[in-house]
Amino acid sequence: MIQFDTVHKRFPNGTTAVHDLTLDMPEGGVTVLVGSSGCGKTTTLRMINRMVEPTSGTIKVGGKDVTRQDAAELRRSIGYVIQQSGLFPHRTVLDNIATVPLLLGHGRRKARARAAELLETVGLTAEAGKRYPHQLSGGQQQRVGVARALAADPPVLLMDEPFGAVDPVVRTQLQDELLRLQKELNKTIVFVTHDVDEAVRLGDRIAIFRTGGHLVQCAPPAELLARPADDFVADFLGAERGLKLLSLKTLAEVPQGPAPDGGAWTLVRDEAGQPTHWRSADALELPVRPLKDGDSLLAALDESLASPTGLVARVDADGVLTGVTSRDDIHRHAGRAHAEARVAA
Amino acid sequence: MYELFKNLGSWLTSGSHWTGTDGIAHRLAEHLQYSLLATLVAAAIGLPLGLLIGHTGKGAFLAINLASFGRALPTVGLVVLVFLAGGLSMLPVYVALVALAVPAIVTNTYAGMTAVDPDVKDAARGQGMRGHQVLFQVELPLALPLIMTGLRLALIQVVATATIAAYVSFGGLGRYVFDGLAQRDLVQVLGGAVLVAVVAVALDLLLSGLQRFLFRHRTA
Repeated sequence: MIQFDTVHKRFPNGTTAVHDLTLDMPEGGVTVLVGSSGCGKTTTLRMINRMVEPTSGTIKVGGKDVTRQDAAELRRSIGYVIQQSGLFPHRTVLDNIATVPLLLGHGRRKARARAAELLETVGLTAEAGKRYPHQLSGGQQQRVGVARALAADPPVLLMDEPFGAVDPVVRTQLQDELLRLQKELNKTIVFVTHDVDEAVRLGDRIAIFRTGGHLVQCAPPAELLARPADDFVADFLGAERGLKLLSLKTLAEVPQGPAPDGGAWTLVRDEAGQPTHWRSADALELPVRPLKDGDSLLAALDESLASPTGLVARVDADGVLTGVTSRDDIHRHAGRAHAEARVAA
Repeated sequence: MYELFKNLGSWLTSGSHWTGTDGIAHRLAEHLQYSLLATLVAAAIGLPLGLLIGHTGKGAFLAINLASFGRALPTVGLVVLVFLAGGLSMLPVYVALVALAVPAIVTNTYAGMTAVDPDVKDAARGQGMRGHQVLFQVELPLALPLIMTGLRLALIQVVATATIAAYVSFGGLGRYVFDGLAQRDLVQVLGGAVLVAVVAVALDLLLSGLQRFLFRHRTA
């Protein structure tokens, strides 16, 4: 969908931001560009919608060379979200979202109707549409930024550290929302971040950049974590990259057995069958955090360490206990996940 | 001193002083006419200049230094200069008043433009706005509070200075000041000065009130 062919960018002051980049970003996938500051990831992103012009090389979006298109028209066909949301402070939220449809000449009524629809898509109330950006929280502003980028239904979405300025809780929420939206909309997304966890969470593919604008490795997260191309990548992914790999695997395939009854510890359930806590033979009570099939192996490992028995309570979608899984089983599957990731690469 | 203020009071409140071609009402209308016209012409020159400099970022040196240039400009000197060059007409007065007003307008317009958040301008361009769309749909509306401040300052300065019209034999509230000086009528001089001050302060309050009302949705 987006193809970089030996793209080079040198700024007038002599610094090379992007060094002979050749990279394909597949349609309908999330490609995350990561690296420390000054590695050229943002420049790479901004060259796609011609906010920055390449010094040499070609960039194609949907097979068409971007530099052969009118810059303003190109940008209207590509969604663009930036870190501080960049909302227009003098326009209502609704009119902010309607920006691109209005630029495309869709007429005010139609543009506003579309904006109202998007407000809901990104999880905001219709009432928020009448407010001004400064009256919203940082997280809500970012949602509006995403809605504005989606307004003309562009096939490509560029996101430049969109969740960089919000607190970790809101950040996780926004990431979840983006994943949900992406499942629905199936856009081609290019996402810039310096946060490895965010990259692993969101990316179908992760491209790691090194200072000086060199692309070091581009691979699916599991492959990247299992087989970093060199020490730089390994260092960048951090010492816990083995654990990060487990965050990509779900608990679904790990077998479960019946819950223990009457041993040193009992898993107490309420009338509905939902686990409430562990109780020992001498009536000591410890909390339990039941997990669903969709939860990650990393969460399971964490819970198995916290659980007094090393057993993880498994529940169905309604929270009703279906069984328990042992620490050993989780370990075995964690090891297998690593082996698979190494081989698949 | 007390006597002076008492006389001033009766000068200002006497009905006969307010009517006729030499009356306060007529002089006030003249004064406002000079001031508004001069400010309007200054805006026609200063606004596009300030917007252009702010939008392109070129000529910032000019915009910044015009302010001190404006302060240093001797207004009466300019009136005399244009008067000597062009003869007796309102032209010298307007030239001087416009020259006085332009710097405040350019400088504030430029300041308003540079105060627009670069992220907002980046986003505007990134959404696919063309240069003029960024200027008129984003930069100008956001710079408007400071632009209005510039216009307000310019108008107040012009109102306070429009007394010089009387210096070259024209009307306005300056008539009382210059006639009073010629006739050694201190009450009349003071009356004219007080009227000019009141008009300037009243306009300032009126316009800043208007600004507050117009931009009540804005932060800061």
